[in-house]
Amino acid sequence: MLAWTIYLSFAGALACLLTPRANPRATRAVAFGTALAGLVCGLMGAVQFKPVNGLEVITHVRWIPALGIDFSLAADGISVTLVLLTGIAAVAGVLFSWNVERRTNEFFAFFFALIGGVYGVFLSLDLFLLFVFYEIAIVPKYFLIAIWGSTRRDYAAMKLALYSFIGSGMVLIGMLAAYVVAGQVADMHGFDLVSLAQVPFPPDFQRWVFPLVFVGFAILAGIWPFHTWAPTGHSAAPTAASMLLAGVVMKLGAYGCLRVAMTLFPEGLKMWQHELAALAVTGIVYGALVALVQKDFKFVIGYSSVSHMGFVLLGLATLNLVGLSGAVLQMFSHGIIAGLLFAVVGRMVYDRAHTRELDALEGMGLARAMPFAAVTFVIAGFASMGMPGFSGFIAELQVLIGAWQAFPKLAILAGVGIVIGVVYTLKTTAQVFFSDKPAPAEAHDHEHPLEPISVPERLGAALLIFCTVLIGLQPRLLLDLIVPSFQSPLFDGLRKVAGL
Amino acid sequence: MNSADYFQLFSALGPEVIVVLTALLVLAADLLGLQDTPRAYRMSIAAGLTTVGCAGAVAWMFMNRTTGNWHGGMFVIDPLNETVKAVILLLTVFTAMLSTEAKFTRHCGEYFALLLLATVGMMFLASTEDLLMIFASLELVSLSLYILVAFDKSSRESAEAALKYFLFGGMSAAFLLFGFSLLYGLSGTTHLPLMAQKLFTVGADPLLTVALVMVVIGFGFKVAAAPFHLWAPDAYQGAPLPSAAFIASGSKVASFYVFAKVLLLGFSQLGWGNEETATGGWIPLLSIVAALSMVLGNLAAIQQTSVRRLLAYSAIAHAGYMLIGFLALGDEAFASLLFYVTTYALTTIGAFGVLGVVEAQVGGDKLADFAGLARRAPVLAGCLMVFLLSLAGIPPLAGFFGKFYLFAAALTNDGHNLPFLWLIILGVAMSCVSLYYYLQVLKQVFVVEADENARPLAVPFLSHAVVVLLAAVTVLLGCMPGWLLDTIHTAIGELGW
Repeated sequence: MLAWTIYLSFAGALACLLTPRANPRATRAVAFGTALAGLVCGLMGAVQFKPVNGLEVITHVRWIPALGIDFSLAADGISVTLVLLTGIAAVAGVLFSWNVERRTNEFFAFFFALIGGVYGVFLSLDLFLLFVFYEIAIVPKYFLIAIWGSTRRDYAAMKLALYSFIGSGMVLIGMLAAYVVAGQVADMHGFDLVSLAQVPFPPDFQRWVFPLVFVGFAILAGIWPFHTWAPTGHSAAPTAASMLLAGVVMKLGAYGCLRVAMTLFPEGLKMWQHELAALAVTGIVYGALVALVQKDFKFVIGYSSVSHMGFVLLGLATLNLVGLSGAVLQMFSHGIIAGLLFAVVGRMVYDRAHTRELDALEGMGLARAMPFAAVTFVIAGFASMGMPGFSGFIAELQVLIGAWQAFPKLAILAGVGIVIGVVYTLKTTAQVFFSDKPAPAEAHDHEHPLEPISVPERLGAALLIFCTVLIGLQPRLLLDLIVPSFQSPLFDGLRKVAGL
Repeated sequence: MNSADYFQLFSALGPEVIVVLTALLVLAADLLGLQDTPRAYRMSIAAGLTTVGCAGAVAWMFMNRTTGNWHGGMFVIDPLNETVKAVILLLTVFTAMLSTEAKFTRHCGEYFALLLLATVGMMFLASTEDLLMIFASLELVSLSLYILVAFDKSSRESAEAALKYFLFGGMSAAFLLFGFSLLYGLSGTTHLPLMAQKLFTVGADPLLTVALVMVVIGFGFKVAAAPFHLWAPDAYQGAPLPSAAFIASGSKVASFYVFAKVLLLGFSQLGWGNEETATGGWIPLLSIVAALSMVLGNLAAIQQTSVRRLLAYSAIAHAGYMLIGFLALGDEAFASLLFYVTTYALTTIGAFGVLGVVEAQVGGDKLADFAGLARRAPVLAGCLMVFLLSLAGIPPLAGFFGKFYLFAAALTNDGHNLPFLWLIILGVAMSCVSLYYYLQVLKQVFVVEADENARPLAVPFLSHAVVVLLAAVTVLLGCMPGWLLDTIHTAIGELGW
């Protein structure tokens, strides 16, 4: 069932492309159907999910026998969690792109090509296959931003594409080296992740190949100092694309770190654990501080994404069960919350006010003009700050507990990052929506009132709010999926190194 | 040598004979019967005959599957050679189909005859293991290609390109011949496998290094590897489009195959050189040439505004990647190289197909001429995306698997611990650079909108068909590389090198 998410998305991309250009309604219908079908498949897969040893093999077909490459798909609880996230983000993304009128069919074709690639990464059990899907996701991102984007879209799109490609290049080198070395030390010729995880790679090899692969993936997760693609990319992208970028694509990177770098080279992780944690915490604090001084609404959210993704990386570096499962939970949580934030900023505010300058928005009295947007943003802001009752709280708490056990000093710094997060979120909310400042003179000129919030937007916001509250109140729903995953043979080496 | 032997040889030469006869037939038909008919008609007839002839040659090869070795390696038939020859014939057919729309000449018969003669040269090149034969067939290929480049007599660029190509080619032939003569002097034979044994026993000899350098320079010109690439951008830009496509595809396949044969068979023992006697091997030499080509080709391509020149510099970069394949040594080197060069040739000829339509309808090959192609010719734009992304090495397209296999093969080279890692890292880094300039083209196609009054392009049916077919092949070989890979592997397996 889970595998259908991939096939349906690619089929949906093709179907969207073939709908007539002059009829965006038909395209939207196809797109919404595809996204919904993907989510339903994901949900059914989650309900029927029956792992053996923490892993459920879905498909296993020989693909390129000459190099030991298989078309093998499998899911553990982590994959299921992220597949669900992707499904939700896709549905919300379509709902918030309802107003795309220019080249609608191509827009949704690229959109679903990206979604299909993302599903594929989360479900691949073969390293080669995983890499193929990972790269499939790069090109659509470029076109989504370059064609439908806003400010400095050329620059942002190219920067994003090149950063992603450089990251995947690093992964490719590590992957080839691992393939060759596995052949030398264990006579293992292939890319099956479970078998590769059992190969005892020499420590000297892990010392250089682990950081290569980890950072390669982490570039996409926005690891400091390679995060600069994220704010520019997010702000230039059309709403649905920023939702996907922050919500799902950054998770691809973090997932790659966990699924490939950490399982294959656990000793390398042990060697670099402290450096990685330091980078992660730097990202948390730096992202939050920079968000504090931004003038562009979208850049605030962009940098807050960098900051929150720092928690994911910190959780991964802790090497204990609380931290690791917290990291996965944070991936899900941030995916939902960032999607919601970008939806408010990009779709509800920018598409109507046609500006994202905080100073300009200040005078518009948006809370009165768009109460729905204001309420949504307040909820999303609370969730993002880590208020209890929302998913962000439980996820970041777990990461902090894990980090406290592993490196207490850094955990305190990360806590400071959370406090700064509260400050910039409240400051921005107050400035944009609840400011008393009178509108500047020229703002009175435009007479026509802001167009009301449409039904698809309300639906999308409701879906995302529901998810973050549900997981905030019932984190077990996901934790029961995530925690047993670490018992699968994929994590044998990691468990041994971490002493779990 | 009795008469039965000649009969056997003649039947073994069947495919080559068929192609030569087709060349004569095309020439005769055009000169004798069709002078008064419209050009499009003559072009179609000639292209049709070419296609039939090439198909006949392929059919002959598949129906009479023989293996054999005539006159001490002068002419060799084995499964691998036949595969290469089939690929070359296929590329000739595609070139011929792209030529039908061309308007640069009134001499249709001569044009196709020369195309077929170049093909024959390439086929001989693929099926010989003898230095003399290699040189003779290389000259046949080169002379035909010089004329093909100069064929647009009304264009100064065409003449200039041909002259440059000719002068550089002549020089490279001199280098090659000099190297070959030294090799003959050292080993006393022109047969490659025999030469390898003799050279091994000759031991350290500075002349051997000189010969090696000469051979690498000579072939470096042919495959347009830096620093011997100077002719390529001008030839690609000035030549009539089908000729440029053929130089970029068919000629690449044949030259790389014979280059690999000379180095891997003829110098099989001398890869790493001999440290005691300070003789250099070809592996260090070739890694430097590969690195230079990748860096120079990719960096220079960024600057280009003409898509033809961009493709030329990207061809130089790809020559660099392919040279990495040599370093895998042995069977894997041949397998990875052939997979790469075949997919590369198919992709490039497809890109030239799109380029041809744009040049004919929009009037140029500048980046700006591609603006809004997605709206003006959606199918072509989609295919161009497939070709360029495949060249950049994005999965699931053929170019990605080609690169992946090439790099994996070079890294697996045993006896040393990841010996060419630096080269692979350079190669991957340069692929990132290449994505930049391929995206520059695609940006014009998909992102930039065309003028208000730009109309949809009228794409000729045949061009459409060829381009779509090639795009489909590029996708299929990327998703199912096993098809081609298994053919090559089986062929190499039967050789038992």
